[in-house]
Amino acid sequence: MALTQPALRVLLYEGESARPFEAGERYDSIKTLLERGFAVTSINGGGRVAPADSSPLLVLGRFDNGAEPEFDGATASVRTRNISGFQPQQLGDLVETARTEMQAAPRGEWKPWFPVIDYDRCTNCMQCLSFCLFGVYGVDTDRRIQVQNQDNCKTNCPACSRVCPEAAIMFPKYKAGPINGDVVSQADLQREKMKIDISALLGGDVYEMLRTRSERAKSRFSKERDSDKALNERQKCLVKLAQAGDIPAEVLMSLPSPEEIQRRAEEAAAKAQAALSGR
Amino acid sequence: MSEASPGILYCHCQYAQVVPREVKEAVLKRLCEAGVPFEAVADLCEMSARHDPALKRLAETGSIKVAACFPRAVKWLFAAAGAPLPLSGTEVSNMRTESADDIVAALLRAGIKPNLPTGKVTAADAPSAEPSTASA
Repeated sequence: MALTQPALRVLLYEGESARPFEAGERYDSIKTLLERGFAVTSINGGGRVAPADSSPLLVLGRFDNGAEPEFDGATASVRTRNISGFQPQQLGDLVETARTEMQAAPRGEWKPWFPVIDYDRCTNCMQCLSFCLFGVYGVDTDRRIQVQNQDNCKTNCPACSRVCPEAAIMFPKYKAGPINGDVVSQADLQREKMKIDISALLGGDVYEMLRTRSERAKSRFSKERDSDKALNERQKCLVKLAQAGDIPAEVLMSLPSPEEIQRRAEEAAAKAQAALSGR
Repeated sequence: MSEASPGILYCHCQYAQVVPREVKEAVLKRLCEAGVPFEAVADLCEMSARHDPALKRLAETGSIKVAACFPRAVKWLFAAAGAPLPLSGTEVSNMRTESADDIVAALLRAGIKPNLPTGKVTAADAPSAEPSTASA
């Protein structure tokens, strides 16, 4: 969901009229603020940073002589705080208080797990829209697939990326490529055997599907010549299959009734069909 | 591309453990030691999901060096927020795969080597550790 409040920008200011930080203090201060979810601009020496805009600014500096800088160009509210004598660890609370006062958006309330579409690869086939039961996908006014409801996505579930025939769906916080954004290999595009059995998810017995796939995997790997390699691969594969192509157990457990799944699937398919037929 | 020195953007990837802690902390520490101005954000993914206007502000700096994750992911995270990065003015260093030394060197050296992917990216586009054997 897009921000409904402006996002706070923190400036750690070491320009004119401010006493500079030691490198270690600068590091501790910025790290503390990042860990609290804030965006920080470190201004020291020459060089370029993004210009001021409509975002509210909180300027932190050591203004020992009381002379605080003037900021031109900002179209939103600007507050200055003298942090002389503050320990870096105290800055988090100071900034959080200012954020509340300035009615800026809170941070870090949700693990940002959601699909990111690589439109260089996407063919607008709508398989992701048809597949997702949680309404993450939709189409824009040009009937092009887009991610519309990031918050609906199930944390750590990259299932839709596995049904994408072009490996065009990324989850940047995923552990492995190409789902994490790494380059796409031919092998990635030929991973049919690892794809999720959509029909099973759409009303079948997921656990029966897992058992069936495990048997298939055993059969496939029994043909391997290198027994150690085969065992290793089988173990990896079984672990993978046990997770239904990385679908977390919580997601499987949270799936609605077969009837509801069927209803949602039909709804999504109709949406996808409408988008495709209108192009 | 802009004549001015590129801006620097550092992503702390705060809400996941996918970037090695020692790499991201070393990069941040050395940026702080270098005494250069830079932008630091807690998590580009969160900003993208929220369509944070800060992404537009950063993308519009003209030329920018980014320390984050895979260039393909960074490119589309910005695009998803309606803030496309300039293809000819963006260089991304990947803290998931590169060393802190290499990343800091790239961030602090003069000039920019744009490396955002254009078109379909395949394994053939990845940099090779082996020297090319192809004759000119």
